[in-house]
Amino acid sequence: MIRTADVVIIGGGISGCAIAYNLCKKGVKRVAVIEKGYISSGATGRCGAGIRQQWGTEMNCKISKLSCEFFESAQEELQYEGDIEFKQGGYLIVSSTMKEHEQFKKNVELQNRLGIQSKLLNLEEAKEIVPYLNTDGLISAAFHQKDGHLNPFHATQAFANAAKRLGAEIYTFTEVTGILVENGKIKGVQTSKGDISTNIVVNAAGGYSQLIGNMVGLDLPVYSERHQILVTEPVEPMLDPMVMSFSLNLYCQQVPHGSIIMGRGDEGEPRDLRITSGWHFLEEMAKTITKLLPPLENVRLLRQWAGLYNMSPDRQPIYGSVDEVEGFYLAIGYSGHGFMFGPATGLLMAETILGEETTLPIDMLHINRFKKGELIFEPSVV
Amino acid sequence: MDDKSIVCRCSDLSVKDIRDLIAQGYTTFDEIKRISRVGMGPCQGRTCTQLVLRELSIATGRPLAELMPGTYRPPVKAIKLKAICECAQGGEAHD
Repeated sequence: MIRTADVVIIGGGISGCAIAYNLCKKGVKRVAVIEKGYISSGATGRCGAGIRQQWGTEMNCKISKLSCEFFESAQEELQYEGDIEFKQGGYLIVSSTMKEHEQFKKNVELQNRLGIQSKLLNLEEAKEIVPYLNTDGLISAAFHQKDGHLNPFHATQAFANAAKRLGAEIYTFTEVTGILVENGKIKGVQTSKGDISTNIVVNAAGGYSQLIGNMVGLDLPVYSERHQILVTEPVEPMLDPMVMSFSLNLYCQQVPHGSIIMGRGDEGEPRDLRITSGWHFLEEMAKTITKLLPPLENVRLLRQWAGLYNMSPDRQPIYGSVDEVEGFYLAIGYSGHGFMFGPATGLLMAETILGEETTLPIDMLHINRFKKGELIFEPSVV
Repeated sequence: MDDKSIVCRCSDLSVKDIRDLIAQGYTTFDEIKRISRVGMGPCQGRTCTQLVLRELSIATGRPLAELMPGTYRPPVKAIKLKAICECAQGGEAHD
């Protein structure tokens, strides 16, 4: 293990690997990523891996658009020898309450203003895109063709491999056990495989970001909760876009090899680090999705699992430094959309750490927004 | 086993595919599973897990007993979503 580093990144998910890649690309020589499992073993590898630009806040729209544009050329830019399996089948988001329908109108207007070509559809138009859609109880739908899905393992590995080629050291199966702070400044990181001296630490630990915050004496305003997901056997292509509903609290998509992946949120989830599977999710998921997409009744469930959402108070990420500890940076609190924001996280965090002007203005995503009460609440989350 | 022997019938992976991944540095079952989909198909690893672990053991020199086979996840057997709905609604369980 290296003894000193310019930057130590904690977490080998999409965020950590993308930050490492961008730092190396900008010429930082000694970048280390510490991952307690293997690459994408946490939330990244457990997520639905959809990417969408249909958001309800300007920041989330801009971050996701930047990320989607990167994913379109990621295979080439990262020179990945595998396949990141990027498919832009669109996201069809259905509304089932008038309140939601009104929100969609606002969202589409905002998105169009920001160059995202989403549109509001009536139910007949929605059925042209997803013929199996049961429109009973639905009001309208929003659609954006450039939204889609990619393989989270390969996408993250692509960033990790590219970072390694540029000189980053990635230590898997290595756990951070402590962070050294002297006089309010970061001095080093202790791990299960040795210590590294550094002046800069990035907390990109996803569901475990609070624990890393505790290591420097911070009580970060985020919490983690389990979200469950399941996958079916591979079937013939039957579903082009991701179908999603905020009021029904679910999403469902068919990935390129034919399996259908679906998940839903549960408002009763305790705030902890469990990632076990539960039968309650399975029943609710099966009931709600077969009502919305009836042919799925005859598709077999293969496997269910779970991962952690790291929730922030306004469901937008927390990017940047902290006042209390010099050299400690946060890339946390994605509230369930850290994977799709990965490319933007990498770029924006690298720029922030190096003191450059950021490609997008991310000051409003600094942790101090919670002290000032400047929260902008994201309305469109499952 | 020769290179062409099939390890994973669900995702069509040969011994050579697995050996290549091990050579690239994927040295646990979970890593190989996530990068190649071995163990993710309809058999849920019943056929392939032991074969992959054996290749890992040969390549790394670690005894099989020390190698983790990954997490076994529910359900035990593939089941139609309709059957889960019927059970959830208090109907008869299927055979």
